[in-house]
Amino acid sequence: MSDTVLNKPTVSASPHIRSSETSTGIMLDVIIALIPAFIAAICLFGPKSAAITAISIICCVLFEFISRKIMKRSNTLSDLSAIVTGILLAFNLPVSIPLWMIPIGAFFAIVVAKQFFGGIGQNFVNPALIGRIVLMVSFPGAMSSWTNALAWHRDDIDTVSSATPLATLSELFKSRTIDSIDASSLPALQSMFFGHRAGCLGEVCAIALILGGIYLIARRVISPAIPAVFIGTVAVFMFIASKGNIYFTLYELLSGGLLLGAIFMATDYATCPIRLKGKIIYAVGCGIITAAIRLFGSLPEGVSFSIIIMNILVPHIERLTAPRAFGEVKEKKSGSKEAKQA
Amino acid sequence: MAEKKSLGKEFTKGLLIENPVLRLVLGTCPTLATSTSMVNAIGMGISASIVLVLSNIVISALRKVIPQKVRIPAYVVIIASFVTIVQMLVKAFVPALDKTLGIYLPLIVVNCIILGRAEAFAGKNPVIASAVDGLGMGIGFTAALFCMSLIRESLGAGTMFADAQNILSLFGDNVLNGFNGINLFENAVHLQPMTLFILPAGGFFVFGLLIALANKLSAKKGLPKAELHGCEHCPMASNCSKLAEGKEEATV
Repeated sequence: MSDTVLNKPTVSASPHIRSSETSTGIMLDVIIALIPAFIAAICLFGPKSAAITAISIICCVLFEFISRKIMKRSNTLSDLSAIVTGILLAFNLPVSIPLWMIPIGAFFAIVVAKQFFGGIGQNFVNPALIGRIVLMVSFPGAMSSWTNALAWHRDDIDTVSSATPLATLSELFKSRTIDSIDASSLPALQSMFFGHRAGCLGEVCAIALILGGIYLIARRVISPAIPAVFIGTVAVFMFIASKGNIYFTLYELLSGGLLLGAIFMATDYATCPIRLKGKIIYAVGCGIITAAIRLFGSLPEGVSFSIIIMNILVPHIERLTAPRAFGEVKEKKSGSKEAKQA
Repeated sequence: MAEKKSLGKEFTKGLLIENPVLRLVLGTCPTLATSTSMVNAIGMGISASIVLVLSNIVISALRKVIPQKVRIPAYVVIIASFVTIVQMLVKAFVPALDKTLGIYLPLIVVNCIILGRAEAFAGKNPVIASAVDGLGMGIGFTAALFCMSLIRESLGAGTMFADAQNILSLFGDNVLNGFNGINLFENAVHLQPMTLFILPAGGFFVFGLLIALANKLSAKKGLPKAELHGCEHCPMASNCSKLAEGKEEATV
């Protein structure tokens, strides 16, 4: 390294190529992409879903503000990431959840998972998923009591609780009766597609989530690699597990939080690999763990756990797939240190 | 006069400055496992403290007899004897506690705090100082366990001192009018405890928060944080044998 190069006045610190994209702009795109699912949630689960989303957003923004103040760090509310976390957290909750649980989830999402580690871009796992998992582990009853979609329209009943299609599918697989899948125990495939089923606020309406995903891909906010490979891996595993039953595979793809997780949560910038190769490894891992938990685990749903586990592995995936610097010689197994020093 | 002052220092250092759980991060396994309920934590803390004081005294008294090369097995034999005695006493007088502590009572034998104090302190210091050191460390261990279990039990199970009779039965039947714990969520219709705090994940969470708090408190006294800095930053560095090995000339 010669000093003359460093002393030239034109030398500036990297990055030299700047993009006009900002965190705020990207987060705004994500919020826009979540709007269809939000409208679907209000239509399917009634005004209470709007209240849950509002409370979740307010709590996340408040916790972000307060924790930044206490830690004497700069105010980061304007990057909108707390709002995105709030929406995603709300989308991961059932409509019947007692409202006092939402601040607890928001606290763990924003303060513990995000601000303890340094705020936006520093979180090692997806904050909204941590909020969901904390609530799921703490209040398993409240977090898995499901209300049927459109039940709020009917005056004669308050709520209809029912099993999610995923629980039914898990039962079918474990009792080795997949072939009886067309029986009346499951909603029709088109109801699954439009969200007329039991589940969390944001995960039920597949078409709304796909619309949001297409918007994000078109705006180049996310690359299609992670959602496509994630969903594809689950599809392959389900297809094999059901010995080629296409109905079972389709139901598995449309049920649970797979689409929401694959499109909106596995693609979080801070917690997914940067390069395409890494993204594919990451998404395949998510898919395998999701399929394994759904088929063999005691919980019916495994999307959130699979994403969290792969989030934790991201630094290792990055190291495996790090690009070689220009002119760098590939290290040989023996005597690699000498080669590097030479 | 000077000796008296230093004895006081040996005692108080175990409470915060060199707190075995929160500053030295020793004995993590029993800490996480038994801090799910306050009664268990207190039982564990007291049992370990008794073993710690007694083994410190005996090891210190025998420190000139035990050959340097076989000191660790010798320490373990001494510690194991006291653990056996304590375990038999607990089994005889507070059998309910023995049942809930389960394997963690005999596991005091391999508790890092006790072996650590034997190695770092009792093996090199006179009997009285070692006893005081053991007492301070034992109280520090019990206090850390108590804080942790207070948070974990009240948030995770919604109770405080649940099954207190497990320990109180030592003093006879129906002590304190048969006090058997408080249910914090008794009158709460909608609220419910967060199971997370009883689970291992919540244990690690509370543990981390308490370590951060201990760091904060000791930072006010100008002490280094309990972080991964390598051996020389350890609060025990001044009397650690591993560091001393590096500079052989300094010792003996």
